[in-house]
Amino acid sequence: MIELENVTMTYPGGMTALKDVNINIEKGEFVFIVGSSGSGKTTLIKLLLKELDATKGSISVAGYNYNKIKRRDIPKVRRRIGVVFQNFRLLKDRTIYENVAFAQRVIQTPGRYIRRRVPAMLTLVGLADKFKSYPRELSGGEQQRVAMARALVNNPDIILADEPTGNLDPKNSMDIMNLLNDINKRGTTVVVVTHNKEIVNEMKKRVITLKKGVVISDEKVGGYIDED
Amino acid sequence: MKISTFFYILKQGFSNIKRNILFSLASIGTIVSCLFLFSIVFAVVMNFQSGMKEIESKVTISVFFNEDASQETIDLIGEQIRVVDYVETMDYISADEAWDTFCKQNYDNPEAAKAAYGDDNPLKNAASYEVTLKDVSKQAEFVAFAKGLDGVRKVKSSDVTADSITTLSSLLGYASVGIIVILMLVSIFLISNTITIGITVRKEEISIMKLIGATNFFVRAPFVIEGIIVGLVGSAVPLVLFYEIYGRVLEYVAGRFGVITSIFAFVSRQELFKYLLPVGLVLGVGVGLIGSLLTTRKHLKV
Repeated sequence: MIELENVTMTYPGGMTALKDVNINIEKGEFVFIVGSSGSGKTTLIKLLLKELDATKGSISVAGYNYNKIKRRDIPKVRRRIGVVFQNFRLLKDRTIYENVAFAQRVIQTPGRYIRRRVPAMLTLVGLADKFKSYPRELSGGEQQRVAMARALVNNPDIILADEPTGNLDPKNSMDIMNLLNDINKRGTTVVVVTHNKEIVNEMKKRVITLKKGVVISDEKVGGYIDED
Repeated sequence: MKISTFFYILKQGFSNIKRNILFSLASIGTIVSCLFLFSIVFAVVMNFQSGMKEIESKVTISVFFNEDASQETIDLIGEQIRVVDYVETMDYISADEAWDTFCKQNYDNPEAAKAAYGDDNPLKNAASYEVTLKDVSKQAEFVAFAKGLDGVRKVKSSDVTADSITTLSSLLGYASVGIIVILMLVSIFLISNTITIGITVRKEEISIMKLIGATNFFVRAPFVIEGIIVGLVGSAVPLVLFYEIYGRVLEYVAGRFGVITSIFAFVSRQELFKYLLPVGLVLGVGVGLIGSLLTTRKHLKV
């Protein structure tokens, strides 16, 4: 589903964020990518979303080889990846319903399908009764669940979560993780980038550890490696 | 494109304007003033041109024949002139007609004057072809051509009139094109600014759209719609305004300065708007379209 082969990313300033990274994630896997700040996690996400182009090596996601992909196919591959961010990135001037529906409008889903699908997603994340609320009226955990509903609404093959629990307390963090786990059990590939030690250790999933742009460990059932 | 998508994009275009109402109004205002000025220039140019057409049609060239020219020669000359493609009209003026006209123009009592001369027509060799051209600037060319024809004695034309009309008309043409180009550039710049602000305000939304998998078209379209709406409103307002004003000006001039209207026929409102309306709308919408396309191309790359 996700394949990185000898990927190196050097920014125009000369800073190398990733060096010879090889990662292979199969369909249906649940993977943590961990590392302290500056380890190259954010760069990795940007590469997977094709926001950046790798300097060297090849990346393929959902069958698209990023070295050969045509410009007009970039939106197509992005539609197969649902993204969740640390700071939620909800549209503040729209209701919860609109925020989730937005993801479908953007990819030109017919209105009748949106009207069925959005409530179903809000029910899944446990926010069916708050569809008229605005993001500012919700707690951080609730906002992140809205973001999850938005990421899921288009039925992606992959969920890519960038520090999804970064702004949440332990209880909400665990709720989000359980939700991701449920989604994973339905067959969706889940990639969580985090430096939340407790959660990584609790979940007992595959863990890939990055340090200064290099993969230093990749364990089937791993734990958080303290670098210090 | 699906109909629901079309309406969604249209709605977003309108809401862009609403969110950014001050700047939208500013760019609408600029287009309004540009197109209002344009309308004035356009009306002046059109009236000037129609006036010039009138004058041009009065700038005649007389082609006189040799004294011994036979009717065949005269007919042959006529044939040769008639086939020139820039000749508008050609009338044969016989010697008698020329004498008639001369008397009418120069004597208080033309009948008495004619009687005094009796059968002795002083203009008996003054039969001619009176030629008008479609384009006065071709006058010199025509004179040279006519002088070269067999049996032509003299070609009379008024070079001064022709030259000044040609110069004035091209001068006015250049000036108005210059003004219009400058005004349009200003409008495009302002629309582009407004849309840049709109894009900046909605940066987060746009970046989320892209990450979710929106196509370039989908991200850009609302801003292009915004530009088109701004252009459309910006052109409709001055056109309606000018329609009213032009009508009133014509009425006023006809009421107060009847003399002018008897000398100079103004272009009617219907006639003027037959051209001004489409040109104005195309310019307004075109400016909006170009301004927004340039801006979205620059700022909204995937």
